[in-house]
This record gives sequence, C-alpha cells and structure tokens, in this order.
Amino acid sequence: MCRLFAITSEDPVSPMVALEALDVMREGHDGSGVGLFLRDLGGPFETMKDAPILSGIFTEAGLRRLDVKMMEKGFITKYKISFKLDKTPPEGIPKRGIYLIRAYEYPDEWEEWTWERKQTELTRIRLELRGMGEEEKDMIVFSFWPDVIMIKEIGDPLTVGRYLKLDANDIQARIVMAQGRQNTNYAINLYACHPFFVQGFSTMTNGENTAFIPIREFLQKRGFEGYMGFNSDSEVFTHILHYMQKELGLGLEFYKHIITPLAGDALASHPNADLLTQLKQTCRRLIIDGPNCVIGSLPDHSLFMVQDRKKLRPGVIGGRPGTYAYSSEICGLDSAIPDRDKSKDFQPMYLDTAIVGPDRQEVQICRQTERLHLPH
Amino acid sequence: MSTNGTITPSSLSLKDLHWQIDWNKEACTLCGQCTAVCPVKAIELGVFRKRQVEVPLGLTGKVENRYSLFYGVRQKTEPKHACIGCGMCSQVCPNDAILPRRNDESDKQRYHTDQGGQPLTRGGRRKSEGAGILDRIKFTRISMLTDPALDAGRHEFEIKTLLGRVLPPKEQLQRHLKGEWVPPVREIYPLVIGGMSFGALSPTMWEGLQMGVAYLNEELGMPVRICTGEGGCPPRLLRSEFLKYVILQVASGYFGWDEIIHAIPEMKVDPCAIEIKYGQGAKPGDGGLLMWHKVNKLIAAIRGVPTGVSLPSPPTHQTQYSIEESVAKMIQSMSMAWGFRVPVYPKISASSTSLAVLNNLTRNPYAAGLAIDGEDGGTGAAYNVSMNHMGHPIASSLRDCYKTLVEIGMENELPLSAGGGIGKNGNLAANAASLIMLGASMVQTGKYVMQAAAGCLGSESDRCNVCNLGICPKGITSQDPRLYRRLDPEHVAQRVVDMYLSFDTELKKIIAPLGRSTSLPIGMSDALGIDDRDAAERLDIKYMV
Repeated sequence: MCRLFAITSEDPVSPMVALEALDVMREGHDGSGVGLFLRDLGGPFETMKDAPILSGIFTEAGLRRLDVKMMEKGFITKYKISFKLDKTPPEGIPKRGIYLIRAYEYPDEWEEWTWERKQTELTRIRLELRGMGEEEKDMIVFSFWPDVIMIKEIGDPLTVGRYLKLDANDIQARIVMAQGRQNTNYAINLYACHPFFVQGFSTMTNGENTAFIPIREFLQKRGFEGYMGFNSDSEVFTHILHYMQKELGLGLEFYKHIITPLAGDALASHPNADLLTQLKQTCRRLIIDGPNCVIGSLPDHSLFMVQDRKKLRPGVIGGRPGTYAYSSEICGLDSAIPDRDKSKDFQPMYLDTAIVGPDRQEVQICRQTERLHLPH
Repeated sequence: MSTNGTITPSSLSLKDLHWQIDWNKEACTLCGQCTAVCPVKAIELGVFRKRQVEVPLGLTGKVENRYSLFYGVRQKTEPKHACIGCGMCSQVCPNDAILPRRNDESDKQRYHTDQGGQPLTRGGRRKSEGAGILDRIKFTRISMLTDPALDAGRHEFEIKTLLGRVLPPKEQLQRHLKGEWVPPVREIYPLVIGGMSFGALSPTMWEGLQMGVAYLNEELGMPVRICTGEGGCPPRLLRSEFLKYVILQVASGYFGWDEIIHAIPEMKVDPCAIEIKYGQGAKPGDGGLLMWHKVNKLIAAIRGVPTGVSLPSPPTHQTQYSIEESVAKMIQSMSMAWGFRVPVYPKISASSTSLAVLNNLTRNPYAAGLAIDGEDGGTGAAYNVSMNHMGHPIASSLRDCYKTLVEIGMENELPLSAGGGIGKNGNLAANAASLIMLGASMVQTGKYVMQAAAGCLGSESDRCNVCNLGICPKGITSQDPRLYRRLDPEHVAQRVVDMYLSFDTELKKIIAPLGRSTSLPIGMSDALGIDDRDAAERLDIKYMV
C-alpha cells in the first residue's frame, strides 16, 4: 500500500509537515518515492497568484532548451526557487540536474485572453514540454499552472524533503498533498508518481484501479489532450474528476456517483434516481474498481476524500476550524495536528465524500444517498 | 445379403456406419423398449437363425446340424435408418444390454446421406472437437499481495449490463435534464438465452424456459432475458406481464409478426427489446428453416401459416435493398411501433463484413446495439455444409468490432452482444467472461441451455443432431406430443434456474480475483492471456506460456 497525507490550513505550512506525517506512517510505504502537490501558496508566491508556475526536473541541456522554448513563446521568468543541494544525494535518491520551480509572466498577448483560453494553452505548453523532454530524456514536467507547485522524486519522503531543504526554501502552501509510495514496479517512472495533475485538478490514491484499461480507452477518445500519460492506473481518477467538472459541469458530490455508482435498491430509492440512472449508464466506462482511497484538490481550494465501493483502504480526517488534515492513518494525523478534538475524527465510508471547503471551517460529509443539487 | 446377391452403391454394412450398436444377448430381456424408443428406427426385432453342429460322443452316430432360433436386436444399415448415437436405447434398457459405439475408423455412411439428391440437413453445431480459442483463454491478471482479492461469496457484485443505445455523457445528461427523449436502455443480466423459436422448440421446452426466466426475475432478482427466435410468441405471453423478460425476434420470414403486431394495443408491458435477425452464426447467409414435420396446428396458428409445409425464411429480408435501407428502415419501423420505448438491434452472423454493419449502426441514432453470432452457434435446422464450412469465429469478429468502437469512442454507446459456441465444451462462465473482457456487453447462448436445462444429447461429433426432423428423443425440439410429453416444463424451469445460479457463482469466481465487482469488466483485455502467439496478437491480449 501507499500512504497519503494532505493538509489544508488558513496559514501556509511547510511541505515538511506532510513529509513528517508520511514518515510516521512509514510502515505503510517502502520509501521508494514521494510526490508533493502544493496549492494556495504562501511565501514569495503569495504576491503572484496569477503567474503560471512550471514544476519539473531538468538536465542542464534540458534547461537550455526550456529557456529557448519559453522565450519563443514570450514567457519571462518572474521568480524562481533555487535548490542548493549537497553534491552527493543521500542513498536511494538519484542524482539529477535541476529541480525547477519557476513562475513566469504571461506573454503580452495573453493579457486579453479569457481564463478558459489560458487554461487550454497552459495545458498545451505543459504537454509540449513533456513531449520534448521524453524525446531527449532531459526534462520531466509535472505542472504548469498558477499557484501550483509539484515535486516528485524517488527515495524516502523525509530524506527527499531534507535533501531538497524544503523547510528552508520558502516553499509554503495552504494546501499540501503528499504521497509516500509503495513501489510495485521495478523501475520507477516519475510520471507514474502521485499526485496527478490536470488543469487545476489533482488527486492521489492509495490503491489499485483494476478497471484501468477500459477507463483509459474511454478517456483517450474524449477529445481532450490532457487525458494522456496513463503511467499509473490511478491517474484516471484525476482525469475523471476533470471530465466531470469541466465537461459535464457536475459538482463534487457527483464524483462518487460516477466512479462508484449506487446499485440496486439504493439507486432506485434515491431522490434523484432518474438522473443517477442516466449518469450511471452514460458514464459506465468511468466506474472504477478495486480498493482505492482517493484524496483530491479542486481549483476552488476544496480538499476531499472518497473511498471505493467497498471501502477497502484506510483514510481519516481530523483537525479544527482553520486546519484540517487527511491521512491514511491516525498516527499521521496525530503528527500534523496533535491538538485537535480526536472525537471528531472521521473515517469516510463507502458512500461518503468528505470535503473541506475553501473556508476550512468544517468537514462536510456528502453521502451518496442524499438528494443532489441538480446541474443547470 | 448372400454372397451372390446384388448390392447397390449405398448398401452399407455395420462396419460402414458411424454408430454401431453393441447388444448383449445374455443381458437382454427382450422387452423391446429400445426398438420402441429409437428415434430413427435404427434397431428392430431380430430373429436370428443359428446352426449348431452336433457330434455324438464316441462317433457312434452321424454328425448332425441342429438349427435353432433366437431373438434379439438387429441394427439396420440403410442410411436413413443409420443410428445417430443418441443412446436412448441404453437409457430405457432395464439391463444395460445395449449401447451405441462410435466406429473406430472413418465411416462410409457420410458418402450416402444425400439420397434423392438432397444434401444432409441437421441440427446442432459446427462439427469440431477439442478446445476452441475461448476455452484456451486464461484470466491472468490476478490481484495478489498488492491488493486483497475480493470474495465471490461475500462481497457485493454488480453483474448487470446495458442493452440499448447510450448517448455520450454530455448529451445524455442534457437531454434528460431538458426532458427530451433519450433512447430506451434495459439493465439486464449479461447472459441472455438466445433466439430459439416456438416451433423449433417443443411447447414443453418453451414453457419451461419461460417459467425459469420468470422465476429468476421475480424470485431471485436476476434480470435474465430470453429471445423468442423467429417464430412468434404465444398470444397469452404477448398480453402478459412477463413479456418484459422477452426479446422478440423478427427475421426474414416475419413468422408470427401478424399476431405480434395485432397484440401491441393489448400489451400490458413493453417487450425487453426487438432483435432483427439478419444472420445466424451456424448458417450465415442462409435463412431459418422449420421442416414441415414440425408445422402442426399450433405452430401454424402462431406463425400465421398453413400446417404441414416447410417454412424456409429467405436468406435476406425481402424489404432489403441496401444496408442503409435495411438497417435504418427496420430499426426505425420497429422503434416506432412501440413509441420509441423499446431498444431495437440487429443480429448478424460473424463475418469479415461485420465491421461494415457496425460502422453503419454507429451512424444510426436508433440502433440499440449489435448482436454478433459466431460460427460455433447452434441451429435447429441447416444444411450440413453451411454448418460445417460457413462462418467466422466469434472471438476475432467481436474483438475487431469492439476495437473499432473504442477507436471512435463509442464503446459505451453501442453495446455488443456475442454468441456462438459459448459453453460448447461446458465452460459457459469462462467463455462468457472471455468474451466480455474482449469487449462484449453481453453474451447469448441457446445450445448450452438446451443441453443443461433439458438434457439435449447433440454433440459436435455427430451425435443425435436430429432437431430438424421433429424426432428429438428428449422432446426438446419435437412437436410430437408423444415425444414432448417426456419433458416436464417444471423440471426444465428448475434446471434453467440451476444453470443461472451456477453461472453467476462461476462468473464471480472469475472476476473477484481480478479485483472487479463494481461493474462488469467489459473490455478488460489486460486480464486475458493465451498460449498462442498468433491468437494473442490477433486478439490484442497477452501471450503467455
């Protein structure tokens, strides 16, 4: 199994909070890799919320090619984080070139563009850079999006965090998602590391999606170039979330109804049975299977957790108004927010979507059997 | 015959026959039941004259011949009375004194089955033995320590599929929210009893199947559906609540459709679906055939034809001028007849032209699916040559169609139904699961149901297979009351239920270790492997040894 930890806090926190929580849960992962997703950034990025930030790993040659490419497109570097690394990485972490986190200023002509158009173009550029990197093996691009930073690396999460000096680098965020990986493949492709990201939507999973192939086949033909990669069977959770909100215009409370729809009498007796039956039929290829605990972040800064239809994976939420955390295990929660009311810790079951909204004041539980707000 | 007698070209000896009767004189009680039950009158009372040479002790007298008679069973050797190996003689024999045995070499009977210039016709399936491709496919993607396997006995499983046109998500939701028409979709059990007509089947068999299906639905909550085949539907069933479990088939002879159309205003419920049969896997390019022996008063009334005439359906629909016209016109007409509330889909024989039909259907917004029937499908009557040599295996035909749908992003919109040889070697659930993972939304089987639910004796190695002649020794495909009274519909119903319950458990035993339970694993081709590199490549599944 892998281990998940996510926190949403009014005050920006260091990603080390999440990595320390993962370390507490180290019996549940093998230290073979870590992925971080940061949003609603603090520190120096606080003042540049609209600037798209490129996150990735580059060789020297890759960085030169990146600079040429971005200049061609009219992007100017606005701010960058410099990682001052030890010459030799700790055991288990490969030697890389440059860990890049760089905020850009939009080209002049973009100023007139709608946010919709900017989203499309930002995605296209990320995919283009990724494609270039895959050709020459000199760039790995995780995200290119305003107010979002992603870091992924092979190795023990805490060791990686210390190596990158994440506590000293002014990297802080109000939303942090982190996954400690249990490697089941011999070689690790960083693109297969969680969390996954597409157009402001991000998810990470502890589990195995056994319905991956039919879901991938369906997504590949939806006409959106961002549904690509498919390096992990969990990547489709992000794609489905994006598809549901962007293409179908459905709110988060519909997510469970798509990936793990109600069946039998529970569906028939639901107040929105007709709609949900139609949804289940038309989105049948997006039904997931296998044991899965999914934690995700939305562009509106909501953070949520859902479980598979049988609730086969651990997951708990706890905290206090202003700060809530999602964790695979309670010990992870204890490490990050020890002074909370533990009696209010909540473990979402097979019908629940547990959401902490942008205001971070409470955990909302949305049960699948409840009446839904209909889309317009 | 005597050594100087005349022989004709078709004079056969016992050694020339495909099936030979072993009869044990010592055990025989001469009760005569075997000769009475034999459907082809292959055996008759035999009076045997026997000479015994008697030599007196000490040569005191003359050596004498003594002649005696004994009675027993004699096997006929004329081709029309050739034993079919059904074994009913053995079934009725009180002393196990008789048993048909297959010739140990290639028979000569096969060259003489065309007496009078009539090629051999028969029922059953394509002649073939041994494991087919479907039997050789294995399920290899098993969740081990990375994830807990599911428990087929305890966990919740959603073993259901959809029959009907499903729109792309955005369009479907928009239409629903605006209250516009959305195509009818049925949620059904993925194993459908394929089209076997009232007429091809005996009344007791039909009744038993219908009762079994009704029980599965009403008592066990399994939404099992049964297709009528081309032969109409009894008037009371058309006007009953149980019609919703029935897929009405229309084929090129339109048999029974006068009755059906007239019953529409009186129908309490809509049928599950309408299947337009363009082809049948067992005899592609050939129409249905009900021999005159079976067209009695009841059958004639339901089908709207005179009694005692053979009923060959034309190879093609008479209204068919082109694929566009045929598919579009018929699907639309049928949809309109039920107010666009009933899914309508065509059934074709698997063929290298299947993709052409599929491509056409993808552009027809009323097409509710496509049923493809492979070469190993059964039939009640067909020319032997059609059955053995015409057709296309289901696996690759289905896979091609599914991959085409995936390529155009319509795999959820147009469900594929696969049939033809599922469970041919007894592996019903495994074969069905293979086809589902290759891309079928559901599978159809008829022959297996006859075998499991009614004890059909037919085989792919020339046993019985006389469904076309109305002499079915089990009463499954006969219209002769003396024969079909042998079949108790209650027992057939019970066996249908047994068959479905056991299939359900076996299917769960396959998909649970694959970590699938929330939805049917349609197109989960990563689970499949086969020990044949060419087959693996053709089907785009894993090659494994």
